[in-house]
Amino acid sequence: MTYPAHFDATLNLVKETRKFRKTQEIRRLNDAERTGLISGFHPDYRVEGMAGLRIGPNKGDRVPVELARVLEAYSLFDPHLLNLEDPDYVTDILIVGGGGAGCAAALTAAAGGADVLMATKLRLGDANTLMAEGGMCSAVRPEDNPYMHYIDTIGGGHYTNVPELVKALVMDGPEIASWLMSLGVMFDYEPDGSLKVNHCGGHSRKRMLSCKDLTGLELMRVLRDELRDREIPCLEFSPVVDLLLDREGACSGAVLYNMETAQYTTVQAKSVIMASGGIGRLHIRGFPTTNHYGATADGLIAGYRAGAELIHMDSIQYHPTGTVWPEQLLGQLITEVMRGHGAHLVNASGERFINELECRDTCASACIRECSERGNGVTTPTGFEGVWLDTPLIPDIKNHFVGIYQRFKKYDIDIQHEPILVYPTQHYQNGGLRITSQAETSLPGLFAAGEVAGGIQGKNRLAGNSLLDIFVYGRRAARRALEVNGKAAAPGCLSAGHLNRWHGKLNKLGVSEEQRSPLLLPDYTPK
Amino acid sequence: MADLIPIYYLGKKYMVPEGVTIMGAVEYSGHRLVRGCGCRGGFCGACATVFRVPGNHQIKVGLACQTRVENGMDIAILPYYPAQKVLYNLSAVKDPSQELQKLYPEMYRCLGCSACTKICPQDLPVMDIIAEAQRGNLPAVAELSFDCVMCGLCASRCLAQMVPYNIAMVARRLYAHFNLPRPGYVGARIREIEQGVYDQKIDDLLDKGQEELQKLYAERDIECI
Repeated sequence: MTYPAHFDATLNLVKETRKFRKTQEIRRLNDAERTGLISGFHPDYRVEGMAGLRIGPNKGDRVPVELARVLEAYSLFDPHLLNLEDPDYVTDILIVGGGGAGCAAALTAAAGGADVLMATKLRLGDANTLMAEGGMCSAVRPEDNPYMHYIDTIGGGHYTNVPELVKALVMDGPEIASWLMSLGVMFDYEPDGSLKVNHCGGHSRKRMLSCKDLTGLELMRVLRDELRDREIPCLEFSPVVDLLLDREGACSGAVLYNMETAQYTTVQAKSVIMASGGIGRLHIRGFPTTNHYGATADGLIAGYRAGAELIHMDSIQYHPTGTVWPEQLLGQLITEVMRGHGAHLVNASGERFINELECRDTCASACIRECSERGNGVTTPTGFEGVWLDTPLIPDIKNHFVGIYQRFKKYDIDIQHEPILVYPTQHYQNGGLRITSQAETSLPGLFAAGEVAGGIQGKNRLAGNSLLDIFVYGRRAARRALEVNGKAAAPGCLSAGHLNRWHGKLNKLGVSEEQRSPLLLPDYTPK
Repeated sequence: MADLIPIYYLGKKYMVPEGVTIMGAVEYSGHRLVRGCGCRGGFCGACATVFRVPGNHQIKVGLACQTRVENGMDIAILPYYPAQKVLYNLSAVKDPSQELQKLYPEMYRCLGCSACTKICPQDLPVMDIIAEAQRGNLPAVAELSFDCVMCGLCASRCLAQMVPYNIAMVARRLYAHFNLPRPGYVGARIREIEQGVYDQKIDDLLDKGQEELQKLYAERDIECI
C-alpha cells in the first residue's frame, strides 16, 4: 500500500529537515502557555458536545453527550421480571472485568481465601490492558523516588488528582513491579542486569518499565495464565448490565447478560469489584479510539444507576499519536515511548511544533492546532488530517518496537525509513467512579479499580500510570473487600428496586424508553 | 469509494470494498461480531481466521483485524479452539529446565512437519520454539515466542496434537521467574517505603495549595533522554 504519491513532497521535507531538527531544542511551555494551548484546542474545552446530567448523584455535572445518553438511560431488562429469590451464582466477591485490574483483584482476593467469581464481556484478557504498548511507570531506580513520581503525576493532572490516590499509586509502585516479576513477567533489562527504563511525556525521570512494545500483552498473558493455574472461575461473554442492592442499599451483586444465549444471569456477592474498563467505543466527539471492542462504559452506567458517584467525567484523554494512515489502522495506538526515544512530531513542512515530551493533552492540542488553525497538516485521500511522527530518528527501532514495525510492514511502510502519519485518538477516560485510597466507591459494597475508577489521574493521565494504577487499585480493592467481608452479616435479600426508581425518574424527564444502556458492543454494520 | 470485490464469509458471497480488513469486510456485510473480535489492533488473538483464495490449494491464515481481503477470499473466523493447559505452581517449581517436559511430554511427539510455523500469523518459528522446548532451553523459547498472541492456530494444525502456545507460555514465565535479574534496588526501595522514608515528604505535599505545587512542578529537574 505504502503512502499515496501526493505525500512525496511532504515526506521529502521531513527527510531533508531531519538532520537540523536533531540539533534543535524546543523548550517546554510554561503554565500559562500550556493552559492557553489546551483551552484553545483540546476537545474537552469545546462547549458543544457536552451536556449537563439531569439525574443521578452527579446531577448538573457536564459530561460528553455520548456519555450522557447512556447514563440517562433505561436498563436493558425489566427489573420486575428478575427472579432474585434464587440467584444463579452466590460468591464472596464478584469481579467485573477481565483486564489487568480485574485479574489483579481476583488473584489477591483468592489468595486471601475468598470465594471469587469473575465475569467479563469478551474473553478473559481481551481488554485495554493487553493493548498497552509502552509500559508501566514505577519509581524503582535509585535516581528516582516516589516523591518525584507524585509531583509529576499531580502536575500532569493539572492539580486536579485526588492527592491520597496519587500517594497510594506512587508508593505501591515498586511493590507492584516486584509482584509482577515474581509472577514471571519478562520485563526488559540492560546488559548490566538493571531494568531498562524509558522516558515518556510529563515524567521527570526515566521510570517506565517495558516488555518491548508489547508490555500489556505480556502482563495480560501472565496474569491470565496465573488465574487459570489458581482455577479462578470466569464467566466470559457475560458483561455486567446492572448492580443489585440489599435492603440497606449496599451493593450485593449484579445482573450479567450472556451475549451468546441472550439470557440474564444473577449473582449474589458480599462485595462487587468493578473493573470494567473505559468508554472508547462510544466514540466521544466522533474520534476513533485505541480501545478494544467492548469499551462501552458498562461499569460506569451500572454503578451510576445504583447511586455511585462519578468524578472528572468531563475529561477524556486523546492520545496524541493515533494512526491516520493506512486507514485500516485508523486510531490505533503508536506508543509514546517512540517520542521518549527521540521521534519528533513534525508538520507537513517538516517543522517541529511542540516539545515531544510534554504531557498528552498538551501534545494532542498542539497536533490539533497544527492541523486546524495553522493549516500545517497532511491530508489523506479520504480527508483525514495528520502530522508526522518521525520514527527514522529512533535507533534500533525494529527490535524495540517490533509490534509496530510489523504492523506497518504489512502495509509496505517501513518505519525505519519512513515516518508515521498520526492524529489524536480517544485513548482513556480520565475520570470514572470516585474512589477512596482503599478503592471504595461512594456505594457501600462496591469497589472500583482500573480505568472505570476516577480521581487518581486527575484531568490528564501520564503515560505508564494506568498500567500501574490497575494493579495498585485492583489489589487494594481486593484487600479492602476481604476486610469488609470478614465483618459482613449473612447475605440479605437482593433488590433491583433502585432500577424501578431510576426508570420512574427517566419517565418523568420524558426520556424515551428506547434509550437503553449499556451498549455492550458498538455497531459497525452499515446503516 | 473503493471498488467492490466479492468475498465468501462462511460460504456466503458478499461484495465489500477493496483494501479493507477481513473484520471490516465482515462488518460491512452486516455481521455484528460477538466472538472472533477482541482488541481490533492485532494484540489479543481473538480473531484468528482461516481462508483460501481462488486458484491456490493452500490454506491461509491471518488475524481478521490485520489482514486485508482479497478477491474471492473464502473466510471463516474461528470462534474458539479447544486447548490443553496443564496447571502448575510457578513458585513451587524445583528444576525449571525439566518443567516443560514434565508438564507437556507430548512435545516430544513433534513430527517436524512445520505446519505450526507455516500457519503462525505472527510469523513465529513455532517448530523451532518446540525444538528448543524439548531441549529445555528456556531463554530461547522465551525470546523466540515473545510476540505470540496465543490465537490458537498452531494448536489447530499440530499433527502431534500439542498446544505450542501454552508450552511457550510456561517457558516465558519460568525464564522470567528464574533467569531474569531482580535488581537489588527494587527491594531496597520497597523497604524504604515500608519504613516510611517518603511518608512525611509526600504528606507535606498533600496539604500544599496549587500555587506551591505549581512552583515545585515548574522547578523540578528533568532527566535527559
